[in-house]
Amino acid sequence: MSRAAVRFEAVVIGVSAGGLDALRAILPRLPENFGVPVIVVQHQAPGTNDFFARFLDQRCAVRVKEAEEKEAAAPGTVYLAPADYHLLIEDDRTFSLTLENRVRFARPSIDVLFESAADVYGPRLIGIILTGANDDGSHGLAAVKRQGGLTVVQDPGAAEVDTMPRAALAAASIDYVLPLAAIGPFLANLDKNGAFHSDGLVNSIRI
Amino acid sequence: MGKPAEDDKELEDLEVALLLEGVFRRYGYDFRDYSLAHLRRRLRHRLQSSYLPDLGAMLHRVLSDRNFFELLLRDLSISVTEMFRDPGVYQRLRTEVVPRLMTWPFVKIWHAGCATGEEVYSMAILLHEEGLLERCQIYATDFNQLALKGAKEGIYSLDQVRLFTGNYLKGGGRESFSDYYTADDDAVILKSWLKKRIVFADHNLVTDSVFSEVQMVVCRNVLIYFNRDLQQRIFRTFYESLCPGGILVLGTKESLQLSGMAELFEPVCPDEKIYKKVPQ
Repeated sequence: MSRAAVRFEAVVIGVSAGGLDALRAILPRLPENFGVPVIVVQHQAPGTNDFFARFLDQRCAVRVKEAEEKEAAAPGTVYLAPADYHLLIEDDRTFSLTLENRVRFARPSIDVLFESAADVYGPRLIGIILTGANDDGSHGLAAVKRQGGLTVVQDPGAAEVDTMPRAALAAASIDYVLPLAAIGPFLANLDKNGAFHSDGLVNSIRI
Repeated sequence: MGKPAEDDKELEDLEVALLLEGVFRRYGYDFRDYSLAHLRRRLRHRLQSSYLPDLGAMLHRVLSDRNFFELLLRDLSISVTEMFRDPGVYQRLRTEVVPRLMTWPFVKIWHAGCATGEEVYSMAILLHEEGLLERCQIYATDFNQLALKGAKEGIYSLDQVRLFTGNYLKGGGRESFSDYYTADDDAVILKSWLKKRIVFADHNLVTDSVFSEVQMVVCRNVLIYFNRDLQQRIFRTFYESLCPGGILVLGTKESLQLSGMAELFEPVCPDEKIYKKVPQ
């Protein structure tokens, strides 16, 4: 099936070391009425408040906030996992938080979010792994692919820290490897129904 | 594309439902209204760890093997906690809640879902420092027997003491935290006088009824594992358990608002998720 025919329902992003700059490069490119929710796990130290979400919110057209337990994931909104909780998505598109043990040293864990999102959204999910100094997210991205979703990895050659993108590349079949600067425009190409405007643009940046 | 995956999911959902039904009927523990995303994770983890081919096989195993059930029970009950977790909450308890508790001649506190007890002892220390412990009775309950056993012992790993001490100070601790424990090579043992006002008891929030009339309910990071219906039921249980003006303390990421029960309680400290019962 052509990618242009898929109506995506959500984007999940996993990022660790170097995340502030990476998210600052991507999220401000999204229009206010962006057609799907964007759900982000950025590794943070326990006890961190929602400074990160507020900082990004001031710089983005889309709304950026911390995901709350039982909140429904809405289009045009970027949700960040709160520090020290795993973030999961339920079948009814509401968020759950858990204090399950750290997964590969991380809470929130990218794998946990991605695996639950893959269950819920199946082929209508875009999973993106960005800069980071560990291998969290690689199992999760493989789960996104297994359920037929679209997988994107930041080009490790240009990533601030390349461990996480490289681990993802090794673990999952990847649809697009993109430089950081191309990821924002790539996502912005999704229309308000969650479909890519045209195969043309998507294919033109395929590596 | 998509169709086989959807079928797989439907089948998995059915197997999860049958497994939970089986566990409930056989052992009386009710996980049917737990968050499904959380259950899926924990059950897959158990499948892998026990080398079981699928949830159907797990159902058969759990019905016939009590030890396996105990294992599953541990998988499904998360008891991650620490002393003075979220220190800001303890600060506010000192400044905003203790003065309210002072107005009752005797204070009963229900700590629902106390897990391994760290936060119960934190409360006992706080009440002691505020001169209130002698007039308090704390009921600390959990459905997880193993966790409850640990809670009664009050012995914690020495590695955690730095974290606990830091939290204690940030939470407004007035003494020296080391006064509250004795340490050996790899553990700290909390002083036994801290347990004097605490009763540990087996109680299942999901299947058991109102506990007792109390002045304060503490239930932190327990309700996050429940679906909305079950959350609403438990909030009603808390409402019925609390005396007029009684205090409810939730986890800092838990939401009365989004659970649709905001009319039963009004905020005392909204950021710290401290509420009081609204009169009927």
